[in-house]
Amino acid sequence: MFGLANPDRFLRFTRPLTPVLWVVAGVLLAAASWLAFAAPEDYQQGDTVRIMFVHVPAASLGLMAYGALGVSSFFALVFRHALADAAARAAALPGAAFTGLALVTGSLWGKPMWGAWWAWGDARLMSVLILFLFYLGYMALRASIDDEQKAARAAAVLGLVGLVNLPIVKFSVDWWNTLHQPASLLRAGGPSLTGEFLTPLLTMMAAWAALFLALWLTAIRTEIVRRRVLAIRTRRALEA
Amino acid sequence: MLDLDMGKYAAFVWPAWGVSAVVLAALAARALIAARRWSAELKRLEAGEGDRP
Repeated sequence: MFGLANPDRFLRFTRPLTPVLWVVAGVLLAAASWLAFAAPEDYQQGDTVRIMFVHVPAASLGLMAYGALGVSSFFALVFRHALADAAARAAALPGAAFTGLALVTGSLWGKPMWGAWWAWGDARLMSVLILFLFYLGYMALRASIDDEQKAARAAAVLGLVGLVNLPIVKFSVDWWNTLHQPASLLRAGGPSLTGEFLTPLLTMMAAWAALFLALWLTAIRTEIVRRRVLAIRTRRALEA
Repeated sequence: MLDLDMGKYAAFVWPAWGVSAVVLAALAARALIAARRWSAELKRLEAGEGDRP
């Protein structure tokens, strides 16, 4: 595992893997979209149940991407490894986008089902909003410090602190009274969804997971290449 | 086979899917364009390594 922490080996190893992930993500997205509209209407929620097929993957992957960002930040801080820092940085934009989508699609689901676009003080909604703000803060912090080394260390501390929020998001529906329904997939006693909704949902989650991995690996590879370009430019500037 | 009639919830279902599709496509495009741009730049710099101006 630590062998891959070498940027050259990482580039070699992920070179064939990355295009495969892009193709898998595309195929799964198409299949899952078909399944999502082939599923019947829910007897309680009607057609709004189809919002679930984008809302749940967006929220789960937004959460998992932060896990990737936080754990990478930890390795960047403790081992001071440049690849770990690149990995943390690369997870930020997709994670922020997924979390933003979870908020928007959740709002579009909340209006017809709860009668409200948003509920201030609701533990699930607020903890996900805080997750989104951690992402924005992380990206803003990196962008605001010119010295990339200093920016990386400051961002890594922020990234690590934000990990505390993840269990709060996950268990907010159990710890507090919220409008939000409790977990339907990762719960004691197995998923509470029936097969006609479970199959499209799991396919869609696999699609978003593959897409996140494709985005993440591509961005890490780009970051390694970008740093090489900057290093060569700096060297030439010094030689000139 | 496919149920594309969202009835009275069309104003909620389609925007949710639409915004997701746009954001995912933008993420993918941005990542792939950046990857291509920086690789091309690295190749250009490495090719010119020997014959500097």
